[in-house]
Amino acid sequence: MAAPLIQVAGLIKNYGYIKALRGIDLELAPGDFLSLFGPNGAGKSTLIRLLSTQAKPTSGRVEIAGYNLAEDTLELRHQIGVISHASYLYNSLTALENIKLYASLYGVEKPERQARKLIEQVGLADRMHHLVRTFSRGMQQRLSIARALIHQPRIIFLDEPYTGLDQHAAHLLSELLNQLNDGERTIILITHNLNRGLALANQVAILVQGRLIYHQPRTDVNEAEFEQLYFQHVSQAGQAGSGLINQLA
Amino acid sequence: MKFVKQVAAIAWKDILSELRTKEMLSSMLIFCLLVIVIFNIAFDPGSSYLEELVPGILWVAFTFAGTLGLNRSMISEQENGCLQGLLLCPIDSSAIYVGKLVGNILFILLAEVIILPLVAVLYNVTLLPVLVKLLVVIGLSTLGFSAVGTLLSAMAVNTRTREILLPILLFPVEVPVIIAAVKSTARILQGEPWSEFALWLKLLISFDVIFLVLCFLTFEYVIGE
Repeated sequence: MAAPLIQVAGLIKNYGYIKALRGIDLELAPGDFLSLFGPNGAGKSTLIRLLSTQAKPTSGRVEIAGYNLAEDTLELRHQIGVISHASYLYNSLTALENIKLYASLYGVEKPERQARKLIEQVGLADRMHHLVRTFSRGMQQRLSIARALIHQPRIIFLDEPYTGLDQHAAHLLSELLNQLNDGERTIILITHNLNRGLALANQVAILVQGRLIYHQPRTDVNEAEFEQLYFQHVSQAGQAGSGLINQLA
Repeated sequence: MKFVKQVAAIAWKDILSELRTKEMLSSMLIFCLLVIVIFNIAFDPGSSYLEELVPGILWVAFTFAGTLGLNRSMISEQENGCLQGLLLCPIDSSAIYVGKLVGNILFILLAEVIILPLVAVLYNVTLLPVLVKLLVVIGLSTLGFSAVGTLLSAMAVNTRTREILLPILLFPVEVPVIIAAVKSTARILQGEPWSEFALWLKLLISFDVIFLVLCFLTFEYVIGE
């Protein structure tokens, strides 16, 4: 088995009294595609924020591609790409200008050439010189994939990328994500859509109340059983949450 | 060199966006124009005390318009989570600060330079003989104003009351800059030599150096989580 590309041990994140993550342990090898499910407020986005250096952990150890999260932040950022429901694109710049900007900031050689190539790959060649504000949500999300891939990251974090997409745009996005899943990149996808998440992944996990309560290879998972298990945990989390609210009240 | 390239990329992005939208420049110019015209209507153009009021009017217009511009500049980073996008890049946060600062200074200065001739016409002030001195004071004041303003606008932009919060945070810190700018401008318009307002210039330079370094070093913490 290949050496893990992502190693997380005892990861804890507190926001004041709120315990967002309560000790996450996770290992992913090159080529792994993990779909992470969980109810709202489970800590999924917090986990991605921590792994992508957007927030600092309260405690715990994270190593990504051999770089320590706390010590080698800038080197680590070269290894990761983030695609979120926010596109991180400037509305008043064209598609090419946006991708060229990020290419320059990532220190990519021949930024314009690389930017053009990627924009073509995500199927937006004819809109290269159009302002992003004229793009549909689906087109913005495709361009956002080009942005996240401009520096050829080995690890990709996808934080609810399907949010706000219509069926056609979501289908196009799934096709692009399938292309990203080339057996070399490690991908973590956060989604509420069980079908899409299960279709893409080779590993599935459920995060509830800051704890990774389930993590299995996709091959060991029966879709119907997983769905049942997921809803069981989500409803338990909901009951626990309402119990807490009742206690506080 | 890498740092300079990153700063240039961020500043150029702001310049390009502003050239297309003109959101920052137009709001600043309209505000300046309103202030100057309203004060002009309020005071009799021929009155003897008007000369003493011009520096105050000028800097009321510049500081409030500058605040509008700073707010506008940071709001554009909020749209589509762009600031997060920049923070994900393998660059030092201070490059983002300097890049934003360069763009802010450029557009605030541009608005000020456009407004100056209008002030000269509306208030019957002869600017040409004192233009160099005035531009030095405007340049130093704008640098200090933008240095602190860029940092504080990044802090205020995540709040719902950012339009109110920025001036509340900004003006107490900017008091030395505003006093020095108004006092120097008054001396300059009275035709006095450099030596008469050298002390104010020294204050402006000291403020600029101290706050540039301070803001450069603290931006990472302000913009973090």
